[in-house]
Amino acid sequence: MINMTIGEKVWQAVVYIMLILLSLVCLLPFLYVVAVSMTPESEVLRRGIVIIPETFTFLAYKEVFISHGIGQAYKITLFRTIVGTFFNVLFTVLAAYPLSKKYLPGRSPFLLFIVFTMMFGGGLIPTYLLTRSLGLLNSPWVLIIPNLISAFNLVIIKGFFEQLPAEIEESARVDGASELQSLWRIILPLSLPVLSTISLFYAVGHWNSYFDAIVYINDANLMPLQVILRNILLNVSTQNADSLANTGAVSMFAVQMAAVVVTTVPILIVYPFMQKHFTKGVLLGSVKG
Amino acid sequence: MQAKLAADAIPLPKKRNSWIRTIKKYKVMYALLLPALIYFAVFKYIPMAGIIIAFKNYNLALGLWDSPWVGFKNFTDFMNGVYFWDIMRNTIIISLYKLLFGFSAPILLALLLNEVYTQWFKKIVQTITYLPHFLSWVIVYGMMVALLAPGDGLFNMILKEFGVEPISFLTEPAWGRLLIILSEIWKDIGWGAILYLAALAGIDPSLYEAARIDGASKWRQLWHVTLPGIRGVMILMLILKLSHILDAGFDQIFMFANSFNQEKIDIIDTWVYREGLERLKIGLATAVGLFKAVIGFVLVLAANKLAKKFDGQIW
Repeated sequence: MINMTIGEKVWQAVVYIMLILLSLVCLLPFLYVVAVSMTPESEVLRRGIVIIPETFTFLAYKEVFISHGIGQAYKITLFRTIVGTFFNVLFTVLAAYPLSKKYLPGRSPFLLFIVFTMMFGGGLIPTYLLTRSLGLLNSPWVLIIPNLISAFNLVIIKGFFEQLPAEIEESARVDGASELQSLWRIILPLSLPVLSTISLFYAVGHWNSYFDAIVYINDANLMPLQVILRNILLNVSTQNADSLANTGAVSMFAVQMAAVVVTTVPILIVYPFMQKHFTKGVLLGSVKG
Repeated sequence: MQAKLAADAIPLPKKRNSWIRTIKKYKVMYALLLPALIYFAVFKYIPMAGIIIAFKNYNLALGLWDSPWVGFKNFTDFMNGVYFWDIMRNTIIISLYKLLFGFSAPILLALLLNEVYTQWFKKIVQTITYLPHFLSWVIVYGMMVALLAPGDGLFNMILKEFGVEPISFLTEPAWGRLLIILSEIWKDIGWGAILYLAALAGIDPSLYEAARIDGASKWRQLWHVTLPGIRGVMILMLILKLSHILDAGFDQIFMFANSFNQEKIDIIDTWVYREGLERLKIGLATAVGLFKAVIGFVLVLAANKLAKKFDGQIW
């Protein structure tokens, strides 16, 4: 690429400009949301469009935490994400290990039993009726137990276990290690990349999901963050009638944007750590070969 | 002779013994597998059995067993309903648009990134474009509100500067599908590009050199080297997406739909939720869910069969 013709130079410039524009399109909504959330109502009225506010206020954030119960929702979402991901990974690994052993009698039918659920299911209504009859409605566990294992992630981990060299484990077994010991001491340490990727997928899934809570929970104290954000965005009955927004100190719009920021920030914080893993994750999760 | 008789006399217990012995031998392995099997049996297979609700006039008070059978009435009701063509059309149109644009946008991004030789620049662009994938649909909707809300949204403020009447993008039916497609592309363009970047990285550089020596222009190189190099992944992704033609994206559309724009973006899944859980037409909604599940199942099997022909099977 040392001797570029004029045509190639123009082409390079076009490529760079297009990529910069695309990056801006991906980034600007964030910045605008943050700006609006911190702009006092008076400034919006005075200036119109606010890209960079002249004065900052955190009133909208105060409102989000005080009047909309975001703190409680954070607790539920953290519980769901941490405890849920732990159980997800635990049970997925426990099942993937035996299924990765080609010598295990009955392996194929068990695998088919699990993979079939990826292709066909009972649908929303029968699942709801089952959850209801199990007495899980209005319990925080309804956010965790019905999503215990993703067949897709199970297949990924199983595939990873299968391509580990069998000799390492065999020598451990010869030395007297039990199945559980060899899983814990040999297999898991070798599988850290795939385990962290899968944990990430599960955790992001927990953090982001909102529909199951809407369907299975109606106790306001058990609502996760995304549901609260949804209610604020759709302007559904706020908990506290005499909020700051009603007194005109801060606009409902700013409150909505503050709620978006509050929900997004945790993702932004862990994003740099996640980045290391997820490219590998997509490739793992993609088609074979 | 005696030995043969003895063998004939006890074949059953012997076979059974070996069965038990197998389980005993691998008892730890089976024990590890058991929770997963129970989980899938309870949370996936019991709802499959619950599909019989589709053939009943389900009544919450009577329950599953005592509700009367109605045969295929729920299905014929669905096909004859006024909403049938609307939700089928919406589902398929939104899906096809997503297939078309959601499929080609990441390829374009990957091709552009592939032209970049400055590593740090490439990395920054990738980092930024991957990010939206990790946001929930609720957050993405929040950003749409920021940009498009009728009063304070950025676009409407700009329109106001030019003296144009504000447009309620989020409730106007005419904008519904466009918003769905655009937000989908915004969220997943970077993420979708990863696969293609990997495929592009796998192309032998000597092919490009040979093409250049033969005097191939950029476009000819793209056409004769790059695209054939990622054709396998492209075909596979296309087939995979085709098999989900009835999944227009529940989480997203549930978030974007409101009573105003519903006519244009209501899909099978959102309809099932509303009729089944809000209006309690449980038998009917289950039938519609089953209708979708069966078509989806057939499509997945067909897709896998197709994929085998091209570049190895999907699973």
